Amino acid sequence: MLDSRPTTPADLLVRGAHVLDPRAGIDAPLDVLVRGGEIAAIGASLEAPDVEVVEAAGKHLFPGFVDSHVHLRTPGQEHEEDLDSGTRAAAAGGYVTVVGMPNTDPAVDSAPVLLSLREQARREARVPVGFLASVTRGLGGEALTEMAELRDAGALGFTDDGKPVHRAGILRKALQYQRLAGGVLCLHEEDPTLSGRGVMHEGAVSARLGLAGIPSVSESTLIARDAALAGYEDGRIHIQHLSARESVEAVAAAKARGVRITAEVSPHHLALTDRELLQDLDTRLKMNPPLRDEADRQALVDGLRDGTIDCIATDHAPHAREEKEMPFEEAPMGTTGLETAFAAVYTELVIPGVLPLALVVERMSGGAAVLDLPLPAIAVGRGANFCLVDLSSEWEVGEHGYESRSDNCCFAGRKLRGRVVATVAAGGLAYRERTLAVVV
Amino acid sequence: MRHLLSIEDLDRATMERILDRAKSFTEVSEREIKKVPALRGRRVLNLFWEASTRTRSSFELAAKALSADVVNLSSSGSAIEKGESLKDTVQTLSAYRPDLIVIRSPHVGAAHLVARWTDAGVVNAGDGKHEHPTQALLDVYALRDRIGSLDGANVWIVGDVLHSRVARSNIHAFTAMGATVTVCGPPTLIPRGMESLGCEVEFSLDRLQEADVVYALRMQNERMTDSFVPSIREYVARYQVDGRRLGSRQVLMHPGPVNRGVELAAEVIDSPQAIIGQQVAAGVVVRMAVLYELLAGRGAENPSPPTQPKAATPVPA
Repeated sequence: MLDSRPTTPADLLVRGAHVLDPRAGIDAPLDVLVRGGEIAAIGASLEAPDVEVVEAAGKHLFPGFVDSHVHLRTPGQEHEEDLDSGTRAAAAGGYVTVVGMPNTDPAVDSAPVLLSLREQARREARVPVGFLASVTRGLGGEALTEMAELRDAGALGFTDDGKPVHRAGILRKALQYQRLAGGVLCLHEEDPTLSGRGVMHEGAVSARLGLAGIPSVSESTLIARDAALAGYEDGRIHIQHLSARESVEAVAAAKARGVRITAEVSPHHLALTDRELLQDLDTRLKMNPPLRDEADRQALVDGLRDGTIDCIATDHAPHAREEKEMPFEEAPMGTTGLETAFAAVYTELVIPGVLPLALVVERMSGGAAVLDLPLPAIAVGRGANFCLVDLSSEWEVGEHGYESRSDNCCFAGRKLRGRVVATVAAGGLAYRERTLAVVV
Repeated sequence: MRHLLSIEDLDRATMERILDRAKSFTEVSEREIKKVPALRGRRVLNLFWEASTRTRSSFELAAKALSADVVNLSSSGSAIEKGESLKDTVQTLSAYRPDLIVIRSPHVGAAHLVARWTDAGVVNAGDGKHEHPTQALLDVYALRDRIGSLDGANVWIVGDVLHSRVARSNIHAFTAMGATVTVCGPPTLIPRGMESLGCEVEFSLDRLQEADVVYALRMQNERMTDSFVPSIREYVARYQVDGRRLGSRQVLMHPGPVNRGVELAAEVIDSPQAIIGQQVAAGVVVRMAVLYELLAGRGAENPSPPTQPKAATPVPA
């Protein structure tokens, strides 16, 4: 169900990197030998005279990241992103698998659209890509898609992301039908009657700026409703991009009741608050759900730490420059995130001691478990899926210089540490920073 | 001072300098030839991307009274209608080397964006529901004229605070000038978190008698259709400032245009307590002072003491 273009299986000896795989219990400087795209050996002072050697002392080697939520804008909005540029951005961010959302043009709501997209991924994608199909036809919220056929065609699950499944009766039917079709229902939770024309978090900052607010309860009330439905139908749901304290509480309460529910959070919601908007109303900081206040941010960090939130997902949402160079209320929602995700969380939460590095590394690939995908692991015999990161490397996130086709990154102007220098995905070298020394 | 984007950027001393200069300009409006050459040869572009009577005409009159060359543009009939973006419009017009751009926009932050895209000075003439700094200045001017100092004055701002840029700017301006501000209106029209702007929040007029100044806001008809209030009738019953509610020692203000019989009863509009006309009149001189501050006052960081406004008269013979 994952697709990528054919790659040359890597033969590589990564020497001296600090290998950290929390699930495998590895946390030590080790050599990792890759042969034919598989991890052939892990140990001290490995020798392999016939392969490329990457001198990686001082760098860290993590299981590759998995993003359960990206917008690759294909088909239909290729001026913002396409499968090639989007997966290049993913590889540059240390990702070995990304999952594309179906709110494209046309929407991924039928097997033919999905199959053609998968075929395109087999030609273009630099790292394996999976796709979610929409819950309702044309994301219209009215009629279910042919979920069973879509699953047969390779849909990892279903979502109307960008919009909620507003009608409870439709979501209930999707949950019932899930028994036949399988696949997780991934939910963008927002009550449109509460969000109204809101463009940012409702609170002191929106009051000051005179901007229409999106209240926290717009998200949390729908989570509570959908958790109740999932519990009633014994369905499986995944809550996308949590943003509010009340939402974390709603997910925790549902988990405590035994509802089969998982949740994700984005790096920007973990690192930033709506106060950033007081600087100059940068439209790169406009996204849905919006950046909320400090209490919300703290609750998200706590939820990630205690396992209420299962994974970090970027909600990578590219937009063309001219679309974002607008007054704040007119600009579209969304920020790119693939190339800054790890560094943002590392810089804002690990370096200050708020979250342990191992927990962040584990949550960066937690999306795999949510979507029943194999978890990348640093283990002999497993396919090589890892990234090499220089935790001391600092750079200023800029206006330009992204692998993504778009540059609407909400971290622009910030200095981040923890740069990905190489990524091996599905056994092939998917990304290598130009400066990374390779001794042949 | 290069731009006037937000009233929050002005401290009390700067506001007083501008208002004292405005006072000195009243003499110009009383001349037979209402013109002085202070800004001769300067170019001012008025971009009004939203309907306006008072603000637009007073900015134009202010610029002309100072002998600046003025071009007025509105969104209808301009390239905006052809789909030109704000950025391209501003950069195009900047090629004409304006000294100042005055911008009214339905969008929050528009003036800040314009300032980023042009070398000209920028005046925010209203950006969405965010700010309207020259309105705040002229309101302080008119109020000072009536009551002297604002220090210790108790100002109530009554009505649709949610959709009002005037409320936001005036809270800052009145507070900076030493007044205390209470906002009052239906809970549906007071934004959550409003008290963080440093004002009190009330949902009824029961304590209106405590106010020295009652500042009523325009109640727009479309708010009814959005269910912010159930009916004009109920709004009027609860929030209209009328002869019964307005005390004889209270001052009544309104930014205009007034909906007679909605937020204000006819008898108070025409009462001696009302200074609505003075607010409008203050518009020209205050905007003259703002234009002068930005175009001629640059680098003049040594304002004359406020006690000697005449000495600050910047008008060359």
